[in-house]
Amino acid sequence: MNSKRNFIKSVAAAAMATLTMGSAFAADITGAGATFPFPIYAKWAEAYKAATGNGLNYQSIGSSGGIRQIKAKTVTFGATDAPLSGEDLDKEGLVQFPAIIGGTVPVVNLEGFKPGELRVTGPVLADMFLGKIANWNDPKIAALNPGKKLPDQTITIVHRADGSGTTFNFTDYLTAVSKDWSSTVGKGAAVKWPAPTSVGGKGNEGVAANVNRVKGALGYVEYAYVKKNNMTFMQLQNADGKYVAPDDLTFASAAAGADWMSVPGMGVSMVNAKGAASWPISTASFILMYKQPSDKVAAAEALKFFDWAFLNGKKMATDLDYVALPDGLTTQIRAKVWTQIQK
Amino acid sequence: MSVGSMQSADGFLIFKKQGVSMSLESVMNSHHQLLQEPSQMVSSDMVAIAKKQRVQDFFFHRVTQAFSLLVLVALLGIIISLFVNAWPTFQKFGVHFLWHVEWDIINEDFGAAIAIVGTVASAGIALLISVPLAFGVAVFLTETCPVWLRRPLGTSIELLAAVPSIIYGMFGLFVFAPLFADHLQVPLQKILGGMPLVGFLFGGATNGMGILAAGIVLAFMVLPFVAAVMRDVFEITPPILRESAYGLGCTTWEVVRQVVLPYTQKGVVGGIMLGLGRALGETMAVTFVIGNANRMPTSLFSPGTSIASVLANEFGEAENLHFSTLFALGFLLFVITFVVLALAKMMILRAEKAKGN
Repeated sequence: MNSKRNFIKSVAAAAMATLTMGSAFAADITGAGATFPFPIYAKWAEAYKAATGNGLNYQSIGSSGGIRQIKAKTVTFGATDAPLSGEDLDKEGLVQFPAIIGGTVPVVNLEGFKPGELRVTGPVLADMFLGKIANWNDPKIAALNPGKKLPDQTITIVHRADGSGTTFNFTDYLTAVSKDWSSTVGKGAAVKWPAPTSVGGKGNEGVAANVNRVKGALGYVEYAYVKKNNMTFMQLQNADGKYVAPDDLTFASAAAGADWMSVPGMGVSMVNAKGAASWPISTASFILMYKQPSDKVAAAEALKFFDWAFLNGKKMATDLDYVALPDGLTTQIRAKVWTQIQK
Repeated sequence: MSVGSMQSADGFLIFKKQGVSMSLESVMNSHHQLLQEPSQMVSSDMVAIAKKQRVQDFFFHRVTQAFSLLVLVALLGIIISLFVNAWPTFQKFGVHFLWHVEWDIINEDFGAAIAIVGTVASAGIALLISVPLAFGVAVFLTETCPVWLRRPLGTSIELLAAVPSIIYGMFGLFVFAPLFADHLQVPLQKILGGMPLVGFLFGGATNGMGILAAGIVLAFMVLPFVAAVMRDVFEITPPILRESAYGLGCTTWEVVRQVVLPYTQKGVVGGIMLGLGRALGETMAVTFVIGNANRMPTSLFSPGTSIASVLANEFGEAENLHFSTLFALGFLLFVITFVVLALAKMMILRAEKAKGN
């Protein structure tokens, strides 16, 4: 009997020891939010763990979820694709800074067209998504693509079925370039798609699968999925009137043109950015943190992580078809935003 | 689900009866012993044991009771939390919410009609296809299947039931939808699209997604459940009844129709309801193929949406009224499932009354 009790005691002691040891090592930073930057945050986290031994647990539950979680103070940082307004930030005592840049790309499934061969302007793209241009042989599309043979085929619109930062970015662009779109649909993580042919795919992969399968389909995906699935992307006319193809250089050009400090919370919309080489549907993804964090140690750890990622994560970002923030911008973030967070 | 438990409840009853009769016997035995040697048996040891057993029984009773009450508490908790979260939506739209055809997130104007129609239509199609198939499978397995084939076939049906729904979704999107578009939608539209009265059902784009596609994929998913339950209940028909009917010269169909089906009616309805329950609540597989368009479907080929897939798609980015509207949809799904199960129970009760037992 006695030995049994001793045994139980020792087991309990061992369990306690493991637990306390576990918590001593577990300096895991927790974050939640946007799905758009999830691949790069996960990659950074993996590399950061290998370099420093500190882990990061990022849950890609969606931007609104990220905002809810940071307000509920269950995570150290929240992540959102649609920036919060300066007012909202002040009300909650939050700071906001961009962490990564990417782009959204319209893709098609059109016989006889190779990637980048089809050219459209913003208003024409908006008319296609509005259902006003319903066939690929519409004269408005033909006028932009002289010498190309456009098939007589219905345009099937493929959009994201789930609420998404990619959709926000894309509809933000359509709102910026088309009056009709901004008055009838607007921008958001999910909108009421007006085209009678529109179908929803779940996630970027769902949209990509549907576009690749349905002849005459037109959709939009994150740039990484264009490369991964070898999709036929379009060239878009940017604010300077030039036709550009999506890649990290045109995303970076759009980022360089943005005046980050002009908007409180750095929530600059990069859509339809100026610059001859700028991709018009580029976006930044943002991080939200409390100025007065309830867990100061965790907040400091999170800042250390982003500091490390800004310094060492550029190559990884490029590999995953994102664009890292330019150095001038990261210096500004360190000096003007991070200093507001109490340590 | 509840019907499934009814089945097992029946089985359990049989068990319990056996258990009771056995323990009765043993009680009688011990009683005899008691009568024979009363003074020796009622020792202090025995009183202690009896007390101990009584305490054990008491705790056993309480613990199992607590477990089952826990289920009830969880159920109530779910209903209440759904309703509380959904309240802003019910308050704003009222009963009108049920048949309002609109889903505009940006202007916060919501109605449940589109999702309800999609849910009921896809589940209905699934049952229309899967129930006759499942019935055939079950009859073959229990009546006419050679013995050596029975086990492998039965096992493979059970395995089919164990395939996770996301697999059906991926199969639906990548394999089924393209085949469906080219080899079913196009010919169907050509043949039936021009017909009066039914022609409109086959209109629209033939891109492989929509209500019918979702219904067919759901039928695949529901089939093994319904077939497995039907087979199990067909098997409990006493062989003596079956053999007597065969002995009277009945054909297999007559035996199934006149003997097996009346005997197993409850279980068959239960199996169908289990399938319907699964079809109504299925999320991932439907999301992949239904097209996820928040518009009222106008034909079997038009994309639509179901309650479960709206919830799965939109919770991540929902705020304010949109958020509570999703809860309202969840609450409605709960109500629909409940009504369906209640109807099934009522059907069984009425059928039993008609039979006179």
